[in-house]
Amino acid sequence: MRRLAVGLITVLAVSIIIFFGTKVLPGDAAQIRLGQSATPENIAAMRARLGLDQPMIVQYWTWLKNFVTGNLGVSLAADVPITELIGDRYKNTIIVSGLTALIGVPISLMLGILGAMFPGSLYDRVLTFVSVSLVAAPEFFTATLLVLLFVFALDIGNAVVVGSIDGKGIWELIKHFALPITTLCFVIASQLIRMSRAAVLNVMSSPYVEMAILKGVPRKRIIFRHALLNALGPIVNVVALNLAYLVTGVIVVEVYFGYPGLATLIVQGVQTRDFVLIQGLGMLFCLVYVILMLIADIAAFASNPRLRHPK
Amino acid sequence: MSELSDSNMATNQHTSDDIVFEAKDLKINAVRDDRSELPIVKGVSFKVKRGEVVALIGESGSGKTTISLSALGYCKPGLKFAGGQALLLREDVTSKSVAELRPIRGEKVAYLAQSAAATFNPSILINEQVTEAPVLHGSKTQEEADKKALALYKALELPDPENIGSRYPHQVSGGQLQRLMAAMALCGDPDLLVLDEPTTALDVTTQIEVLKAFKHVIKEEGAAAIYVTHDLAVVAQIADHIVVLYNGEVKEAGPTDVIINNPVHPYTKRLMAAIKPLPEAGQGETSSDEHLRADAALEVRTVDAGYGRVRNGKPAVQVLRDVNVAIQRGKTVGVIGESGCGKSTLARVMAGLLPPSAGDVLLDGDVLPASIRARSVDQLRKVQFVYQMADTALNPRQRIKDILGRPVEFYGIAKGRDIKKRVDELLELVELPLQFAERYPHELSGGQKQRVNLARALAANPEVVLCDEVTSALDTIVGANVLELLKRLRRELGVSFVFISHDLSTVASFADEVVVLYAGRVAEQGPTDRVLAPPYHPYTRLLISSVPETRIGWLEESAQSKEALSAAQVEVKLTDKGCPFHNRCPMAIEGTCAEIDPPRRIGKNGHVIECHLEFDGLS
Repeated sequence: MRRLAVGLITVLAVSIIIFFGTKVLPGDAAQIRLGQSATPENIAAMRARLGLDQPMIVQYWTWLKNFVTGNLGVSLAADVPITELIGDRYKNTIIVSGLTALIGVPISLMLGILGAMFPGSLYDRVLTFVSVSLVAAPEFFTATLLVLLFVFALDIGNAVVVGSIDGKGIWELIKHFALPITTLCFVIASQLIRMSRAAVLNVMSSPYVEMAILKGVPRKRIIFRHALLNALGPIVNVVALNLAYLVTGVIVVEVYFGYPGLATLIVQGVQTRDFVLIQGLGMLFCLVYVILMLIADIAAFASNPRLRHPK
Repeated sequence: MSELSDSNMATNQHTSDDIVFEAKDLKINAVRDDRSELPIVKGVSFKVKRGEVVALIGESGSGKTTISLSALGYCKPGLKFAGGQALLLREDVTSKSVAELRPIRGEKVAYLAQSAAATFNPSILINEQVTEAPVLHGSKTQEEADKKALALYKALELPDPENIGSRYPHQVSGGQLQRLMAAMALCGDPDLLVLDEPTTALDVTTQIEVLKAFKHVIKEEGAAAIYVTHDLAVVAQIADHIVVLYNGEVKEAGPTDVIINNPVHPYTKRLMAAIKPLPEAGQGETSSDEHLRADAALEVRTVDAGYGRVRNGKPAVQVLRDVNVAIQRGKTVGVIGESGCGKSTLARVMAGLLPPSAGDVLLDGDVLPASIRARSVDQLRKVQFVYQMADTALNPRQRIKDILGRPVEFYGIAKGRDIKKRVDELLELVELPLQFAERYPHELSGGQKQRVNLARALAANPEVVLCDEVTSALDTIVGANVLELLKRLRRELGVSFVFISHDLSTVASFADEVVVLYAGRVAEQGPTDRVLAPPYHPYTRLLISSVPETRIGWLEESAQSKEALSAAQVEVKLTDKGCPFHNRCPMAIEGTCAEIDPPRRIGKNGHVIECHLEFDGLS
């Protein structure tokens, strides 16, 4: 319950920052909407229509109320409701993020746990080296390397990911998404591998794992029943953090591949000084982030019997 | 062992079948970072026959745990078998692979560790952990294992045996968990049990219970056992044979009564000599009165304290209720009680680390500000704290001269070049060589670190030193030396000590006065000789009778007494009213003790017992 309250307060605080932050910026919405040649009367009329003549607090309140009811306002640049703009693109972002999560998370966790099973082995050392290098490499660098390798050298995959996915075959779909998803996977994998390895290793050195060894419990069962259960809390936390990152951090990758998702939309909003669009998307990202964090907290709570069954 | 080697050829065949475990010239080395090897166990031999308990005894570093683990073919990380054999049922386990060992562990040989709280997986239900080994090895079906577990819970006298298995480890008490670990070890019907200090971490009143249960169940199951401990009194109760270890070598071995009553080897004699005498009247140290003044050095008056947010003058978790203690100048007050009774909380209140929720702390007759931030530097200087764990209390990255020099400078005792002089004085005071000033804490032994820890407190020229379990983590002989040092310091410096311990024998030999705490209330206090002689508070009586004697048969005798019956596991909890001991007290008056706060009955020389019964009824 307290976590929920904290989450709500976070969302509220972010909404204030987003709203007033965009207000502080130079430029007037009515002016932008009507263009440079508009007469002062027209601008005044537009300001009244948009509610910009009212006090700041009232504007904020109306905006927040509208956001809660699902009305994100009307885009300044395109003059269509924001929800409509998003409606086209949110699926695209969800597909990329979702696929990345589906592929990247289990593979990274497996790799990390394997590393913890054989600490100090050649596999473990290579894994550590690669994951550390990946942490250090920014997305656009990884993406460039991949494009160089696959598109230019091997001629498979698409460097620019546009167009509808309807009616494409499996192979074409793989070609379509391969590069952005691989890039994103690399980005989240490094952290996931390192954290899951560290979490499991930490538990593996505990007295109850030694006890399990001395009870003659097979290695596989020690890892998956005794160790993993206790490492779950921290692992779930890292997974949630990385998923949250996927939602917001796809910006670079989407822009790099020219992919029509939410992130490219917000970049467009910035370019066209579309305050309403930025506000709406900013709030949306914040909301997803807070919800994911909340899920992580609940999962950590559920995986700890001390919290689940108090004395 | 001696009788074994004496046995003639005809019976030899028979007896060798009865040998469950035999170590033959066993050698184990530690592998260092540079791959050089250091011998830890230097050729140890002994035998364990069926139905027999063999105790490995020695101080820390004697290799006793390492040897006991070899019976499972296991070496802690960083160790390796370097020679000799560990024969379990005539098969050498040191040469077996992990895969070969797996079916043996938990099935032929089982292990009980020192801390059950750490060896139970916190995320798995107790019953699954207890039955895991036999079910995994296929020697029992889950149902058979459950049935066996239930029988063991009953034999171990665990409360609510039908349902205790479906709880998580954190939901049962420490003593119960220790017995559940025994159930876990015995569930696979092992031929050999390895018990590593299984009662060391327990309170004395709980230890009796657990020892009794272990002894009963080992006999019942007909298993052989290796019992590792440093405590000769415990050994006398449970072992048939004793192997005395020092520095990885066997110093002496033989039947328990021979070793206990007629030790031959000088080391064994030293061990026997270091056994603390039983707490009795007449041991109490009476320090001189030359430092006495009208006001007590430190006094705690009607103090309530606890943790969490304070509401209506009551903290969320109350630990102390209405505690009164006065420490006279140059005197030592021992605070005794079992884990969770509020000993350390009392010390924290005295030091100002924890502001009391009610009542006052007085220094030289003046009321001290409750919080440490509001106290003046000089008030801080006068009260110093010595922590139990020197390892964690000393900054590992500072040299000893910095650890000691810092308080000297902070409290303005010396400046510039004089700091070094003062540090040298302090080292001399705690009987350490002056070269130690340049060393780091990890280059010192446990006893030496504890001396530095003490010197750090003395660096401030304090008037009161609070010692929280300062000898508990040390080996018997080392601890006795530190205690000697404390006695000398008290004589020479006229400093008052508050000596907190769970060990009645240590307190009895050192303190002028004793305060017996139970569940956050003072049960009894007064001059040591008065407290340790009748009339007793019923809890004091239980404590005294629970201290194990190094005498064969003590456990059986004391287990029959009415005091022991009151040790039965019930929850120890601070109550809002009445006497918190009422639910364990054999003399409790129904309807009175639970409801009404007991009166403070004042006897001779400031002897106070808080009980509804008159002094006559308590003697």
